[in-house]
Amino acid sequence: MNETTGGVDEGDPGLVKKFMFVNRKAPYGTIYALEGLEVVLISAAFDQDVSMVFMDDGVYQLVKGQHTKAIGMKNFSPTYRALEGYDIEKLYVEQKSMEARGLTEADLLVPVETLSSADMAGLMRSQDVVIDF
Amino acid sequence: MKFGIMINEGPYTHQASDTAYQFVQAAIKKGHEIYRVFFYHDGVNNATRLTEPPQDDRNVVALWSKLAEEHGIDLVVCVAAALRRGINDDNLASGFRISGLGQLVEAGIQADRLVVFGD
Repeated sequence: MNETTGGVDEGDPGLVKKFMFVNRKAPYGTIYALEGLEVVLISAAFDQDVSMVFMDDGVYQLVKGQHTKAIGMKNFSPTYRALEGYDIEKLYVEQKSMEARGLTEADLLVPVETLSSADMAGLMRSQDVVIDF
Repeated sequence: MKFGIMINEGPYTHQASDTAYQFVQAAIKKGHEIYRVFFYHDGVNNATRLTEPPQDDRNVVALWSKLAEEHGIDLVVCVAAALRRGINDDNLASGFRISGLGQLVEAGIQADRLVVFGD
């Protein structure tokens, strides 16, 4: 139990659910991506089955070589590399979103699994909790 | 059924909070349980008691406070999101409490359904 988890005893619940965090928005311009990542990191403390999805402009969150100094924003993209240390290793990118933006897996910061829209829909259906940012 | 609710947008600019409020009311009427309502992103702005809408408009903050009082609903505001936007214990409306993101994850674990209201 600690302050960041809101005083919830993260060890106990015993229940393991499939949590999927769906990232749909560009990393800068709005706060959704940054605050969304905060939720993902906290969820790691609860020993749940966590996965992340990047689709639509959310794919841009994972692009290598982000330089944010000129817009006065903190570059939080290195955090995606740290997810592995939190045992968050299921990262899925919707192929169509990636291709529509002229990107390939080689452009991304971290290893991901690319999925067709149909496979992504199936994966979403299999979740217990889906939160989108 | 036991519902967890997440609200990600502030009042007035966006209808998310109104819709969530109506959903919660309907769920209670049907005999369902609301495990918790969690306010995140600009949704924390639903918790300031400094809101003063015109008299002919609904008072979203007051509606939540009243609902919490009448039905004992747990209204939780994310601390990091709240402090970033100037919401703290000094201006928190009645019925709300400030706590951590773990409260959201816990709601996801404990509720049968987590319903997200946002953009």
